[in-house]
Amino acid sequence: MMRLRIGLCLASVFVASLALAQGGIDKRRSGYQDMGPSLQKMQDDGTANPGMLFVQLGAQAWATPAGAANKACVDCHGASGATMKGVALRYPAIPEGADTPADLEARINLCRTANQKAAPLPPESRELLSLSAYVAHQSRGQPIAPPDDPRLAPFRERGAALWAARQGQLNLSCAACHDDNAGKKLAGVTIPEAHPTGYPVYRLEWQTLGSLKRRLRNCLVGIRAESYAYDSPEYVMLELFLMERARGMAFEAPAVRP
Amino acid sequence: MWNLALLLVVLALAVPAARAQQVVGDAIPTSLTGQPGDAGRGRAIVASRNLGLCLLCHSGPIAEERFQGNLAPSLAGAGSRWSEEQLRLRIVDGARLNPDTIMPPYYRTGGLQRVARNFQGKTILSAGQVEDVVAYLATLRD
Ligand code: HEC
Ligand code: HEC
Ligand code: HEC
Repeated sequence: MMRLRIGLCLASVFVASLALAQGGIDKRRSGYQDMGPSLQKMQDDGTANPGMLFVQLGAQAWATPAGAANKACVDCHGASGATMKGVALRYPAIPEGADTPADLEARINLCRTANQKAAPLPPESRELLSLSAYVAHQSRGQPIAPPDDPRLAPFRERGAALWAARQGQLNLSCAACHDDNAGKKLAGVTIPEAHPTGYPVYRLEWQTLGSLKRRLRNCLVGIRAESYAYDSPEYVMLELFLMERARGMAFEAPAVRP
Repeated sequence: MWNLALLLVVLALAVPAARAQQVVGDAIPTSLTGQPGDAGRGRAIVASRNLGLCLLCHSGPIAEERFQGNLAPSLAGAGSRWSEEQLRLRIVDGARLNPDTIMPPYYRTGGLQRVARNFQGKTILSAGQVEDVVAYLATLRD
C-alpha cells in the first residue's frame, strides 16, 4: 500500500514534468493562486511586500565582512548578486566535495564556516533569512530547475516516502491533504498544493519571514507529529521531493502567504 | 505488597475498559464508560477547534462556527443514518470501517507513527468525551 503510494507519488511527478515538456496544460497551482487579490497585490508590489525589507537587509549582509577571514560575500561572489541568479532554483543540491544534499540555507552556512571562517548562522535568524531572501530574490520569475544529479535520487525517494506516510496523533500524511484534498476547505482555509515556490515567505500569521522548514514544521505540529530537528536530513529530503514536484513552476521568493 | 495492590487496581480498571471496546460488526455496542454521554457537552467538543477538530473537515448544524470544512460529509442527519453503536465505532477508530479514511482515530493509541511527545500514549478524546460526542451526533436527525 505504502510502496504503491510512493510509486504513484513519483510517477505523478514525472507525468507532470512530461506533460510540461509536451506543452500540455499545467494544472499545478502555486499557493499564490489560492490567495485573494489583495494578498497577491501585496506580494507583487515591491514597496508593499514585507519580504523585500529582508532582501534589503540581505544586500547589506552580503557586503559586510565577517569571521576570522574577514571576508564578505561580495569579495568572492561580486557586488551585484547577479552571480546568484538561478541558484535558488536548483537547491537542495550536493555541494563540491560533499556527499549529502544541502538546502540553500545550509549552502550559505557552508560559506560562513568554510570561506568566512565564521560561526554558522542559527536557523530562522534574521541574518540567515535575509541572506537567503537576497539570494533567492535573484531568481524571481524563473522556472524551478532541480539539478539532474543521479546522486540526489535516493534522497528524493525518501522524501517521497515521508510525504506519503501517515504520522502524528491525527494519523495523516502530507499527501492526504496536499494531493488528495488540495483546493478543499480545511475549516476556513483552502488547502494549497504545497509547492515550495515562494520561500523564504513572509507569512502574515508569523508576522515575519520564515523558511520552508518552518512551514513544514507548522504542518507537522498541526497533525500532532514530532517535528524533526532543524538540522535533520528529513527536511532536505522533503524539500528535494517538493522541488521536483514543482519543476518548471515560476519562483516567487520572497512570497507572501496568509 | 503495595505494588501488588496497585496492580490489582490497574487490572480492575483495565479489564472492563477492554471489554467495553468490543467491536461487533460495524459497531461498538456498549458505552466506553458504562454511562450515557451528555449531548450538550458533545456539541461543544464537536464545535471546538482544538478538542474535537471535527469542523476542520466536516460541516454541521453549528451556526456560530463560521469556518467549516468540506473534506467530509455534513454531520447533519448523522443520527438518522447511523445508530449510536455505529457512531461509537466511527469515532473510536474509523479505520476499522475504511482503512484509507483520513478521519483521525479518536480513541486509539496503537499503530500511530511519530506522535508528538506531548500527545504520546494519549487518545485524542477521552472515553467520556467520545460518549458525549456520540450522544450529540445521535440528536442530529433529519
Ligand atoms: C572566500 C570566498 C567566499 C566567500 C567569502 C563566500 N563564498 Fe559563497 N562560495 C564560494 C565558493 C568557492 C563557492 C563554490 C562555487 C561552486 O560550487 O561552484 C561558493 C558557493 C556559494 C553558493 C552556491 C552557489 C551555487 O552555484 O551553487 C552560495 C549560495 C553562496 N556561496 C553564498 C554565499 C554567501 C551568502 C556568502 C556570504 C555570507 C558567501 N557565499 C561567501 C566562495 C565564497
Ligand atoms: C490536515 C491537512 C494538512 C496536512 C496533513 C499537511 N498540511 Fe501542509 N498545509 C495545510 C494547509 C491548510 C496549508 C496552508 C496554511 C495557511 O495558508 O494558513 C498548508 C501549507 C503547506 C505548505 C506551504 C505552501 C505555500 O504555498 O507556501 C507546504 C510546503 C506544506 N503545507 C507542506 C506539507 C508537508 C510536507 C506535510 C507533511 C509533513 C503537510 N504539509 C501536511 C494542510 C496540511
Ligand atoms: C481529517 C478529517 C476529519 C476529521 C478531523 C473528522 N472527520 Fe469524520 N469523517 C471524515 C471523512 C473523510 C469521512 C467520510 C468517511 C470516510 O472517509 O471514512 C468521515 C465520516 C464521518 C462520519 C460518518 C458520516 C456519515 O454520516 O456518513 C461521522 C458521523 C463523522 N465522520 C463524525 C466526526 C466527528 C464527530 C468528528 C470529530 C470528533 C470527526 N468526524 C472528525 C473526515 C474527518
